[in-house]
Amino acid sequence: MMTAGKICIALMVLAGANSAFAETPASIVSGYAAEAAKATPGFAPSAKRGQSFFTREWGVSREMPNCTACHGRNLKVDGKHVITGKRISPFAPAANPERFTSSAKVEKWFKRNCNEVAGRECTAAEKADFIQFVIQGEQS
Amino acid sequence: MKWLAAFALILGSTMVYADGNKLSVPANPKWKEECGSCHIAYPPQLLTGDNWQRLMGGLDKHFGANATLNPGDNQEILDFLQRHAGRGGRNSASSLRISDTPWFTREHREVSNNTWSDPAVKSRSNCTACHVNAERGDWSERGIRIPGGQRGEGQGERHERGGERDDD
Ligand code: HEC
Ligand code: HEC
Ligand code: HEC
Repeated sequence: MMTAGKICIALMVLAGANSAFAETPASIVSGYAAEAAKATPGFAPSAKRGQSFFTREWGVSREMPNCTACHGRNLKVDGKHVITGKRISPFAPAANPERFTSSAKVEKWFKRNCNEVAGRECTAAEKADFIQFVIQGEQS
Repeated sequence: MKWLAAFALILGSTMVYADGNKLSVPANPKWKEECGSCHIAYPPQLLTGDNWQRLMGGLDKHFGANATLNPGDNQEILDFLQRHAGRGGRNSASSLRISDTPWFTREHREVSNNTWSDPAVKSRSNCTACHVNAERGDWSERGIRIPGGQRGEGQGERHERGGERDDD
């Protein structure tokens, strides 16, 4: 017990050196999924739904009709900001290990981009589905 | 020695940037992250402190985007921008665009309209379309590449660096 405790503390210190919480894409999905389950008991994230959300044409903004306007369709390659032309690094965590490792960052961009593209905030369910899709990749 | 260092510091912070290498600033991760995600983090020297204050006060309507920050981050970044801001009318624009300042217009007077409207440039705000190393803080003439192969006209030789820029 003692050693397990000590290892645990050592791990926490190690993780703390990098970031306050060792967040992963999976842990962020779990967080949103738990929130979604409050409204929809039994909710389980779906990569398939996440993909349709990602490619959906919202018809709200002429310049930014969908998420792919800036992020591109292929999760593994760079996107390009539709207004400024700036390169945006790939969404796939395999191509960019920093992706979806800070819930504060994820939440900030969902807020901005959902309002811009969908004209409203995204729901916890949509967020869980979306990140699930990014983790699993293209669904056939 | 100490006196010399202090002098160098003062000099460094007020120096007129006759050339693009002087646009460097001390590293500030928050500014880089928050102001460098949708476009490059524009050098603070290129607008006045007053301009930056107005810009940071209107991030919810930021040139057609919503770039809102929490109040703490907003203040921290504003302090940083003001500390390194430019001075005088030539670095000021009522539109709060660097690309509308007299300094910008003058510095870029030799860039043709054809170049500005080139699809690879798209917008004057897209500095890295031509200043290919700007993301690394290099604004020097050596790092300028005009899309379409045109040069800055009449300023002597310019090295054309092939390939896409590779930041991060
Ligand atoms: C106008 C361009 C634009 C559009 C349209 C857009 N995004 Fe983004 N998005 C960005 C930029 C810029 C970033 C931040 C830069 C980065 O993380 O590489 C970002 C980051 C994100 C992040 C944070 C990723 C992380 O690593 O934490 C998420 C999540 C996200 N976007 C989701 C979406 C969703 C969902 C949509 C569609 C509803 C969307 N975006 C549409 C430009 C856009
Ligand atoms: C959500 C995306 C986004 C974020 C975040 C963002 N900007 Fe912008 N910014 C834009 C867009 C879009 C433009 C207009 C670009 C164009 O017209 O081509 C712009 C333009 C500008 C311009 C004018 C460029 C010119 O033409 O001279 C300045 C200055 C500027 N931003 C500063 C900032 C600062 C400082 C921050 C950080 C507090 C910031 N931006 C964060 C999207 C963003
Ligand atoms: C269409 C290409 C293009 C774009 C876009 C562009 N520039 Fe330039 N810039 C030039 C050229 C060409 C020169 C050199 C003019 C000369 O030497 O005659 C220059 C000169 C400069 C210089 C002076 C460099 C030196 O060492 O003398 C700075 C600083 C600069 N630009 C900043 C910017 C900023 C900031 C932006 C974006 C807001 C921008 N530029 C957008 C082409 C461009």
